[in-house]
Amino acid sequence: MAEPKITMKEVDHVARLARLALSDAEKERMRRELDGILSYIDKLRALDTEGVPPTSHAVPMTNVMREDEPAPSLPQADMLANAPDRSGEFFRVPRIIEE
Amino acid sequence: MLTDLTIHELAARFRRGDATPTQAAREYLDRIAALDSKVKAYLTVTGEAALARAAEADARFKSGTPRGPLDGVPLGLKDVFCTRGVRTTCGSKILEGFVPPYDATVVARLVRAGAVILGKLNMDEFAMGSSTENSAYFTTRNPWDLSRVPGGSSGGSAAAVAADLAAATLGTDTGGSIRQPAAFCGNVGLKPTYGRVSRFGLIAFASSLDQVGPFAKDVLDAALMLQAVAGHDPMDSTSAAIPVPDYAAELDGGVRGLRVGIPAEYFIEGLDAEVEAAVRAAVETLEGLGAKTESVSLPHTEYGLAAYYLIAPAECSSNLARYDGVKYGLRVPGARDLIDMYSRTRGAGFGTEVKRRVMLGTYALSAGYYDAYYGKAQKVRTLVQRDFQKAFERVDVIVAPTTPSVAFKMGERADPLSMYLNDVFTIPVNLAGLPGLSVPAGFTKSGLPIGLQVIGKAFDEATLLRTAKAYEAATRWHERKPGLAE
Repeated sequence: MAEPKITMKEVDHVARLARLALSDAEKERMRRELDGILSYIDKLRALDTEGVPPTSHAVPMTNVMREDEPAPSLPQADMLANAPDRSGEFFRVPRIIEE
Repeated sequence: MLTDLTIHELAARFRRGDATPTQAAREYLDRIAALDSKVKAYLTVTGEAALARAAEADARFKSGTPRGPLDGVPLGLKDVFCTRGVRTTCGSKILEGFVPPYDATVVARLVRAGAVILGKLNMDEFAMGSSTENSAYFTTRNPWDLSRVPGGSSGGSAAAVAADLAAATLGTDTGGSIRQPAAFCGNVGLKPTYGRVSRFGLIAFASSLDQVGPFAKDVLDAALMLQAVAGHDPMDSTSAAIPVPDYAAELDGGVRGLRVGIPAEYFIEGLDAEVEAAVRAAVETLEGLGAKTESVSLPHTEYGLAAYYLIAPAECSSNLARYDGVKYGLRVPGARDLIDMYSRTRGAGFGTEVKRRVMLGTYALSAGYYDAYYGKAQKVRTLVQRDFQKAFERVDVIVAPTTPSVAFKMGERADPLSMYLNDVFTIPVNLAGLPGLSVPAGFTKSGLPIGLQVIGKAFDEATLLRTAKAYEAATRWHERKPGLAE
């Protein structure tokens, strides 16, 4: 049997990096399906890309500048309206600092 | 019935006073009420607001001051666009209840043009999918055969146009999400050049690939829709400051002398025989109209798909980091701490395909794998672009099948890879940032639509539309309607 492209340990690691809580059943399914996809993607290895520059964007553009002019922003109340939890003018989150 | 009409036919009636925008909006809303339980195109119908906007348009026609070809025309929007005061789900549970505080630029432009927005259309969650089966809400049906998918991710937008549940709609295309459902549902779908249309207020999937475009009942309507939304937007730094031509004015130039490339790599094993026959017949039709066809080669086509399934997930894993249960949308209660809240919210709020792509993208970008996967994919992207550059030194447009098959049955593509392979002919166009269009090119014996893809040079949508218009005028496939109503 071919070496798996991705192990359960790696699935755990990547899920932690991605901040995704997965059930054990989801992790096993994820491992199997990612393995299949990565095996397909392996066909890229056959392609010689020596000296080929990478393309990150279809249109070559960097650092689009504009004048720094003050303009109205959306009202704070509008931006807070969708928050699952808030306190006054702040988004409230679970405690991150021990008392 | 006003719902049968194209935008330009409807606009002509409004101008003549033979019909009013309110009549059109009512007919569409009645038809949605009667038929959308079968098609399931709409996630949200905004009937009251639509009738209010239609009444305003009535007044403009009455006073002889209509705003242009879209004034009073009932349209639908993929639920990926932010709409002020109207819930926007992106097909995801993680955005359930989200009501944007602003309009996407394209929405604002349509509203300014006088359009009447009927509602928000179903889609694969975060535009990841080819069938709408990844919608967290329900699967949209193909109006030509309700047991089949409409394609995706903009499946609701395509099905709504095919079933006359909107005069035209907007969708987005990251790897084929406009052209593939347009082919499956038998309408005209246009993915403009990357940068042609503003993406401000579009919920991001893969930012170097996403582009906004129309679904329409014919090519002229697609031109009118593009006209309304195209052009530079200071709110989107990737939108191009390149002048927008008058697309409708350039539509009827014909294809005499046009150089049309036929890519050998798009006629491969796995291409459905009826699709191939229809596309070859379309090539002959174009030749009959005076086009000069020749074979071109796009040798890296088969690598495009693999590169895409690294680049798009990598970008999505970054873009979707914003869904953290803090600013909007779902938050799972009872977390131990902040990180636990993030993880549980994302674990509960995202569907299987979204999780898979976030995982794949995070993996491809993670330490030790970056060069082998993401870096390699970006180099392959360069090769795919060069293929097109070389081909476009010799030809003006490229024509090919839009998809390898026609609409498939719901549940048929359970394996993710078999679903991905469906995008093999549309993805290279996104990687290269080029415009692509799907136009109806016939039907299978069983009555399912087939799409012809026309691919053009960057910012040359005018030539795409002109080619499609000449073909449409010679074939008239677009006049056929699905036998939905009773």
